[in-house]
Amino acid sequence: MNLPTLILALPLAGFLIALLVPRSSPRGSRIWAIAISLATFAASLALPIVFDRGAPGEQLTLDVPWIATPNIHYHVAADGVGLWLVLLSTFLTPICVLISWRSVQKRVKEFYAFLLLLEFGLVGVFLAQDLFLFYVFWEVSLVPMYFLIGIWGHERRIYAAVKFFLFTMTGSVLMLAAIIYLYTRAQTFSYPAIVDMIWSGRLSFAPGEQMLLFLAFFAAFAIKVPIFPLHTWLPDAHVEAPVAGSVMLASVMLKMGTYGILHFCLPLFPSAARTCAPWIVVLAIVGIIYGALVAMVQPNMKKLVAYSSVSHLGFVVLGIFTFTQMGLDGAVYQMLNHGISTGALFVFVGLLYERRHSLEISDYGGVATAAPWLATAFLVTTLASIGLPMLNNFVGEFLVLQGAAIANFRWAIYAAIGVILSACYMLWMYQRVFYGEVKEEVRRRVADLNLREWAVVIPLIAMMVWMGVYSQTFLPPVSRTTARVLEQTQVNVPFQVRVEHPPRMPAEAADAR
Amino acid sequence: MPASFGFNASDLIRFLPETILTVMGTLMMVLDPILHRRSSHAFGHMSIAALIAAIGGAVYAYTQAGPAFGGMLMVDGFATFFRVLVLVVGILTILPSYRFLARQDAETSEYHALLIFSIAGQCLMAAANDLIIVFIGLEISSIASYVLAGYFRDDKRSNEAALKYFLLGSFATAFFLYGVALIYGATGSVNLTAARAVILGQGPGGAAPAPVVIGVAAALMFVGLGFKVSAAPFQMWAPDVYQGAPTPVTAFLSAGPKAAAFAVFLRIFMTTFEPIGSGWEPLVWFSALLSMTIGNFAALLQTNIKRMLAYSSIAHAGYVLVALTARSQVGTAAAMFYLAAYALMNIGAFAAVSHLSGRGERYQNIEDFSGLGQKQPLTAAMLSIFLLSLIGVPLTGGFFGKFYIFKAALESHLVWLTVLGLLNSAVAAYYYLRILVMMYMREPGEAVENAEPLTPGLRAALILPALGTLLLGIFPTWVLEFAGKSAALVK
Repeated sequence: MNLPTLILALPLAGFLIALLVPRSSPRGSRIWAIAISLATFAASLALPIVFDRGAPGEQLTLDVPWIATPNIHYHVAADGVGLWLVLLSTFLTPICVLISWRSVQKRVKEFYAFLLLLEFGLVGVFLAQDLFLFYVFWEVSLVPMYFLIGIWGHERRIYAAVKFFLFTMTGSVLMLAAIIYLYTRAQTFSYPAIVDMIWSGRLSFAPGEQMLLFLAFFAAFAIKVPIFPLHTWLPDAHVEAPVAGSVMLASVMLKMGTYGILHFCLPLFPSAARTCAPWIVVLAIVGIIYGALVAMVQPNMKKLVAYSSVSHLGFVVLGIFTFTQMGLDGAVYQMLNHGISTGALFVFVGLLYERRHSLEISDYGGVATAAPWLATAFLVTTLASIGLPMLNNFVGEFLVLQGAAIANFRWAIYAAIGVILSACYMLWMYQRVFYGEVKEEVRRRVADLNLREWAVVIPLIAMMVWMGVYSQTFLPPVSRTTARVLEQTQVNVPFQVRVEHPPRMPAEAADAR
Repeated sequence: MPASFGFNASDLIRFLPETILTVMGTLMMVLDPILHRRSSHAFGHMSIAALIAAIGGAVYAYTQAGPAFGGMLMVDGFATFFRVLVLVVGILTILPSYRFLARQDAETSEYHALLIFSIAGQCLMAAANDLIIVFIGLEISSIASYVLAGYFRDDKRSNEAALKYFLLGSFATAFFLYGVALIYGATGSVNLTAARAVILGQGPGGAAPAPVVIGVAAALMFVGLGFKVSAAPFQMWAPDVYQGAPTPVTAFLSAGPKAAAFAVFLRIFMTTFEPIGSGWEPLVWFSALLSMTIGNFAALLQTNIKRMLAYSSIAHAGYVLVALTARSQVGTAAAMFYLAAYALMNIGAFAAVSHLSGRGERYQNIEDFSGLGQKQPLTAAMLSIFLLSLIGVPLTGGFFGKFYIFKAALESHLVWLTVLGLLNSAVAAYYYLRILVMMYMREPGEAVENAEPLTPGLRAALILPALGTLLLGIFPTWVLEFAGKSAALVK
């Protein structure tokens, strides 16, 4: 069986069967969810093994006709970027199941059913190679997330859920218009075929036409990322969502936007992307600094992490629009890093909330005394998030900044301010929550990690260290794919990177070693 | 007019669905005194049997496709598509009616007979190829629906609905009739194909009639038909009528007569008036945009669910008009597909509303759906499918229909209409989501606590359209291919 299809079929089957589990047995729902999500993860582990790391293009393709007119195919394949994002999704789903084991007590069956449907949608987005299919997964992932926020969220959950849905939907319909328009021009929805047509010059757009198409796609992705100033839905959604929702939202769903920019906006509309790049970079840098500054003054931990996401995702967008190999590699790596470390931060915030039932920083203090292991694990995550060497974010941020420096040195300077600010707000929060006087409530309620929670924390921390120490596991297939994207963006564009000595790509550096 | 008017066997076969329905409807009225005391469900069963037989008749008629009665009827794929559609709508109207009528102590033979007559009229409209037949079909369908809207004699709102529907409906029919008269005057024919030939200058006289006359005729007919499909700016009646009519009747009005009127709309405008297409295109363009915008924005403010669905139905008429604006075979096919998807999802949503409305239709507010997801998960799940389809979320018929319509529009270079239409559908998401919010994110309220368990009829009325909606969304190929094949109206 085709491996991407298997990875898609498992959560879908899991969702359908989860609907059949009797309502009276929440335990059954939980066990089914963990079993099927672990099975999905196991299946997806085969992905990097069978993936040919040397080849640049899509692999493990399955392409069968779905609808005859218009010509729509079920066309899935993995490339060097989608590969890791799929793994990130399947890795985090079991973690989300475990983290919700105790905290979700109402309508358990539906919760896990929606979680599995969400996994199906997310994995599909990263595997779809047919534009129509991509749009289907894109929208399908919206529905379970809407319910996750709206049913299991906190006080203002309904407002947050509706806002989330409407923001995303508005962007999506513009993208749908652009997708249909592309079809009327190319007579196919096949992504590789369209890229090939554009590359070989068989399909070309007038500049104004290309710009509108680019903007239509970009609007959908920019809302999802979210790029400043379209980020206003994000803090609401994050704060109100249940822990599992926050984790999936921050770690995977936001990556749909950056993945989309990299996968669609750049290769399909190269010259429009280049024209807009300086403006988008400005927005990205504003996002980096603005997100960090707003994070600093948040009294609410979840909101702080949410704004830190705006800042971190700014780095990803910056990396992409430097149009350098380093910047693109760094951007992709940063997507994965952010998935792991921000996912972990939300997990920890969730653990604290489960114990103390508060998200306010001022309600905590001295947690390190009450729960030393929890504090240690949180510290590692905090350090990873602010980019300490040997931990994952350092690699990504370094590559992005290097790429930015090659493209325009000033961009790197401004972006680096964001790195410094992130150290400020994260460490300051850590200090206020974990050190200082032990509050009575904290001493009484905050217990250390239990076995189930260790099972959640250890894989996350192991990944942070692995990705920080040995990025060669992950980067070579990414570089192959981004190099191809970069090559595709040279089409019809008189553009040259102004460097005297082209830096060596990370992949080459590895080979040389 | 055709010279010879002899009947032959194939004419009768092509007229089979209408014959079956008329006979059965009359039979029901005759049998009323005998059956009424025995079983209260007998008429419902009879109607369903009649409709299923008529579907069989329509399919059989299609095997003998061709013109009937000297070209007054045209039994082709297009006609068969709409005949089957309105017949299915009929079945889906009757399924929830069992419990609804029993709850109001209002089970009579008239209700079912009127419904059957109305559907007979719509079948006739679907197959009409002659303006007089169109008019007769329109009247049969409309007069029965006027009465149905006022079926609850003692209810003020129901009376208001019937009166409003009747007065404005007659007014619109008059407009249509003026158009017919002008066409007859200008071309000397009421046959759609013959009139088209004259307009193209290929008629017996040779010379084409003055474009102004044809244009005025098209505009007059547009007014009449625009009223029937509740397109803006002729949509005023819809919210009041939809709110006042008994809920299953509202469901029927929003799907059956609308589909049939669109069938006529498409057939007239894509054959007779096709040669002057560039003249009426701006008119339809404007009406499409206006319908979508008025429908969606007004729906945002509604608290009564039937009223909200009325405005939503205005918006959906706008989407279909977008397909008509495309003026292409793909556009016609898209409109056909969309109407099928719309009929299923809308009638399903109304089935849920009629289930919950309670005795005397007390519960009609959006708040009354609070907590339905906890108390009746099946009803809520099915209604969610309909609502997601109305929003246009992928894997539902509503999404694919919308996708197909806007694809047709872009192929005809209607870029702005497409963008504005799609943005409109994002606005629409808000008011459909409100019902989802109520069902799943609120605690059960009075209406839900008092809700009856689902009866088998209602269960079928919810599950069948939901399956249809998903089928049209996931495997649209069969319907799409049939629509695409039948969409060539110019013969």
